[in-house]
Amino acid sequence: MSFLDYFKGKKKNSANVAKERLQIIVAHERGQRDQPDYLPKLQQELLEVIRKYVQISDDMVQVEVDRNDSCSVLELNVTLPER
Amino acid sequence: MARIIVVTSGKGGVGKTTTSASISTGLAKRGHKTVVIDFDVGLRNLDLIMNCERRVVYDFVNVIQGEATLNQALIRDKRVDTLYILPASQTREKEALTKDGVEQVINELSETFDYIVCDSPAGIEHGAQMALYYADEAVVVTNPEVSSVRDSDRILGILQSKSRRAEMGQDPVKEHLLLTRYNPDRVEKGEMLSVGDVEEILAIPLLGVIPESQIVLNASNQGVPVILEEDSDAGQAYDDAVARLLGEEREHRFMTSQKKGFFSRMFKGG
Repeated sequence: MSFLDYFKGKKKNSANVAKERLQIIVAHERGQRDQPDYLPKLQQELLEVIRKYVQISDDMVQVEVDRNDSCSVLELNVTLPER
Repeated sequence: MARIIVVTSGKGGVGKTTTSASISTGLAKRGHKTVVIDFDVGLRNLDLIMNCERRVVYDFVNVIQGEATLNQALIRDKRVDTLYILPASQTREKEALTKDGVEQVINELSETFDYIVCDSPAGIEHGAQMALYYADEAVVVTNPEVSSVRDSDRILGILQSKSRRAEMGQDPVKEHLLLTRYNPDRVEKGEMLSVGDVEEILAIPLLGVIPESQIVLNASNQGVPVILEEDSDAGQAYDDAVARLLGEEREHRFMTSQKKGFFSRMFKGG
């Protein structure tokens, strides 16, 4: 940080911005990478079943798989609309 | 049994072919019988970088399709006599590289060579997947720049899921990070991702850092692998990387800016 930068106010340098953006996008893409191929279809079909009973929008069903050494857990989150 | 090393990156233009040429030359120079295969069917360039473009008669696809023997297609390097080049086909479709065909060629090469270096095409499609499928080790070439780092992470995912080792449930492909076109001055100014930043994001061991250098273009103009430019920083950085690949411990160099003193500026005109 040079003497002049002190007066200009510490602006974040572009390398730091790059690093932060990369950390976020890489973490996000890794999360998706580890998911099984059938997940999007499963999510779609679950959505259809639930819609027979409750009207919900596409983003109100979240399906994720958590893998541990010994077992995998399928986690299903359904947000119901307010009555 | 040969060790199979893929040089890959996802993104194009980061230095895969430059790196394949230098690593294979470096391994051969140390006495290991080495072959470097160009997997970029349709866009062959390794022959130019290795200065054997006028000696190509048969290629990788000819061998796979039984139109030529391996011995007919292999080109012996004129500088290092333990080095051979297997050029890519310039006229065929990428799909000409079949899994079985590639396996057959690699198995045959494996009988006589110590190292097989696979120069991957850019992208994550068929050609790139064929290049990495049989790999024991992967050199992931990355520039300190957002799109290259992201693509490298993508190719790491493919190595971990679609390589033979992954599919067979064997030990994973050994991954190495090679950071190229590194400019310490710009890193110090906060304009470029540092080695540490890229290591932190990709989380794989660092094989080497190749400084951005005019020598690289000069070498490719003349068809000389950079590693043979022994007086240059980039050439020495490649030599260090090859030494590390062979298990030697070498300290990383060329990672800080060489501030020129008053006298060297006066006398070298830099």
